[in-house]
Amino acid sequence: MTSQLAYKETFDCVQCGYCLPACPTYLTMGKERHSPRGRINLVKLAAEGKISLDEISDSLDLCLGCRACETACPTNVQYGKILESFKVAKSESNQSPFIEKLALQNALPNKFWQKAAVRTLGIYQKTKLNKLARKSGLLRVLPERLRAFEEITPVVQPPKRKVRQNTILPKKAKLNVAFFTGCVMDVFFAKINDLSIRLLEHAGCHVTIIKEQTCCGALQHHSGDKSFTKKLAKENITAFEQAEYDYVVNSIGGCGAMLVEYDKLLENEPQWVERAEKFAKKNIDISVILSSLGISFEKEINKVVTYQPSCHLLNVQKVKDDPVKLITSIPGLTYLPLPQADMCCGSAGIYNIVHYEESMDILDEKMKHVHTVRPAVIVTSNPGCHLQMCLGVKREGLEKKIRVVHIVELLAEACGIEAV
Amino acid sequence: MVTEQIVNQLKKIMESESRILTEKADLVSYSFDASFGTYFPELVLQPLSAGEVAGIVKLANEYKIPIYPRGAGTSLSGGPLPVHGGIVLDFSQWNQLLIVDPEDTVAIVSPGVITANIDKEAKKHGLMYPPDPSSSHVSTIGGNLAENAGGPRGLKYGVTKDYVLGLEIVTAEGEIIRTGGRTIKNVTGYDLTKLIVGAEGTLGIITEATLQLIPRPQASKTLMVIFADIVDAGRAISSVLTSGIMPSKMEIMDQASIAAVEAYEPVGLPVDVDAIILIELDGHPLAIEDESEKVKQVCLDLGARKVVIAKNDHAAAELWRARKLVSPAIVRTKPTKISEDATIPRSKIPEMFKRLQEIKKKYQVDLVVFGHAGDGNLHPNIITNIQDKEEMKRVEKAVEEIFATAIELGGTLSGEHGIGTMKAPFMEMELGEIGVEMMKRMKTAWDPNNILNPGKIFPVKGQRLVLVND
Repeated sequence: MTSQLAYKETFDCVQCGYCLPACPTYLTMGKERHSPRGRINLVKLAAEGKISLDEISDSLDLCLGCRACETACPTNVQYGKILESFKVAKSESNQSPFIEKLALQNALPNKFWQKAAVRTLGIYQKTKLNKLARKSGLLRVLPERLRAFEEITPVVQPPKRKVRQNTILPKKAKLNVAFFTGCVMDVFFAKINDLSIRLLEHAGCHVTIIKEQTCCGALQHHSGDKSFTKKLAKENITAFEQAEYDYVVNSIGGCGAMLVEYDKLLENEPQWVERAEKFAKKNIDISVILSSLGISFEKEINKVVTYQPSCHLLNVQKVKDDPVKLITSIPGLTYLPLPQADMCCGSAGIYNIVHYEESMDILDEKMKHVHTVRPAVIVTSNPGCHLQMCLGVKREGLEKKIRVVHIVELLAEACGIEAV
Repeated sequence: MVTEQIVNQLKKIMESESRILTEKADLVSYSFDASFGTYFPELVLQPLSAGEVAGIVKLANEYKIPIYPRGAGTSLSGGPLPVHGGIVLDFSQWNQLLIVDPEDTVAIVSPGVITANIDKEAKKHGLMYPPDPSSSHVSTIGGNLAENAGGPRGLKYGVTKDYVLGLEIVTAEGEIIRTGGRTIKNVTGYDLTKLIVGAEGTLGIITEATLQLIPRPQASKTLMVIFADIVDAGRAISSVLTSGIMPSKMEIMDQASIAAVEAYEPVGLPVDVDAIILIELDGHPLAIEDESEKVKQVCLDLGARKVVIAKNDHAAAELWRARKLVSPAIVRTKPTKISEDATIPRSKIPEMFKRLQEIKKKYQVDLVVFGHAGDGNLHPNIITNIQDKEEMKRVEKAVEEIFATAIELGGTLSGEHGIGTMKAPFMEMELGEIGVEMMKRMKTAWDPNNILNPGKIFPVKGQRLVLVND
């Protein structure tokens, strides 16, 4: 049990406590065991056999995994590694819910299931069954958490085949890039992927979609299923090795963070580590590439806009300034920074479903700050954050006043680009 | 011993049971601070009112249960460690009261308020709360008061105790009293306020403080001065101060810390020099413009190799970045950092540097020095690995010798971290047997049952510095 825990890494923590103000769960729960410093200490004690995995589970399970503590840490503790080691240890001691595992192993990476999900949801939404269900009060019998998400689930549209077939070829491509579509993103937000591709082309990139790509593995990894994550990583590495690309671009903060850490994931597999490193280095968030290439705008957006960064884009990929640079370059727009924007919104993969109450406490903190800014638009950079912010806006009754968009949607609008 | 019966009584005192922590995962989470040693408390309470604290202490006094007040647990001297078990009082959640009265230029705060937030609130009224320990964005004012925390600005503005006008405290008998008031001048009776500040929670428990605020300087300016020779650097520090200028900060980085920063994240510092001094001036923009030129000249006259004056706030932040990078840079090779704060008279800075290099060689330890040069509050840091028992023994000896050297040079054991458990064994060395005895009499008078933070400040017979406990 103890051998899987990242024991050595826990000694990098000097217990200075600088991570405390950066931790959303310490802020809302107010107990040291719900702080990064407390969690690192608990993993250390568990590795020493002084406390059981069971006794520390509540503390570690309630961690969002936002890794804001890593950004705050003055001694570069690898908190992510320590947290994942607990997840693996726990998963291997067979405590992770079977259904969760089944879904993460099968549904997400499987194109068939994805398509089925799109169709079911699509039909469900198209036939207005959702409205009927909402009206009839049927949903009220569902747990609150499911009801909450049902109402903010975006209208599902399958990807536009036209966009995906490279219809526009820039005459002289500045960069030759491959596009990473993601699985949740390509189900719920296929339109954002389509717009991303158009934007990249608009900025002068030649974009290729590789059919063989699969799920990035982030959700499986966060649930401690390391071997399955590795399998997905290897599939992706192999898929993107088919041809040479300058970059592999994505517009999903969470997936990007997983992709750039494939080298860490596969560090103990000599035959893979080099390939993983090469692949990891190529992955880049769309905001970085668009900001360095520059894009031309056609339309003013005369609105007050704020930005809620994706934690994994900020704390793992270390992308901080590029999205803001892009947003502020849009003509007509008034940008107001969101106070404590670097605090997680409480989405955190499937955290908001598994730990609904705790997640809503964190979201309430976030919305307090949104109130001080009073934006017309909240920009996000990851589908999970996007849905969570929609939920926050809805819970505050602000749907008519605040629109939540992915940064790609806002940029496309200003560039006069449509997905079709 | 905290029995079930006592817990039941506490449930009546605490307004909410959710602030009574008994689970193992909670207890072990309050067993440490940023120093050394792990001690498990029997119970953790998170009080939110003086009434609750009074009730708890009364009960603890009756049953002779040790009480350990704790802020954010950033102490570098072991202040909040529950060395004899008992109850940890976690004050970090009692942060609701923060009132700034601009007319009286005071702030009224509850003990769990984060120190930097006081200054942030004061800023809204053109005021400043000067004490700025480097952990001020994490640490609580309660902890700062208990340890009498300092910080870089101590040179010009003094330390925590210089900004406390009045306190509300709970005595060992569980009575609530007020000391001082809210005026600058106050000579009514003994100055209990100053006695309690820095007493590390051994005489009473602070439940509210009235703090003095001052007008905020309009602007600041930063200079970086590079010295090839540490002796020149030491002379320059004194000469700047005798040239009629009082910088707000004078921070030093020695050769080892410069080299570590350059190896970690090159920012273009010269690695072949003895020391870099960062100087910050604050005040009227025109005044500091003039002063910065004067400081530059004084330093150049005394042999500084180079002086860089930051053109704007952004450039200043860049200069300070080098100083900020020291911490992550020095822990790259080994994870454990022992930060000492033995302080010496300003004139002894070059001598102290020389002696530190000898200690470094003698015990073969990785020692770097960076800290507050202007007030002699150097921070010799030893970088080691706590799992390496043999090396830790050498480190313990090196630390002992650093303390002895500081005292020999007319300095003190602790400039701003406090005595706690770490420096207790050396108290007699600085104060003498009778000196310590007089302090003990104060302790006995205030806390006859020895329930308030026992095991701190005063050594038990034969106690030595121990950095590793199993």
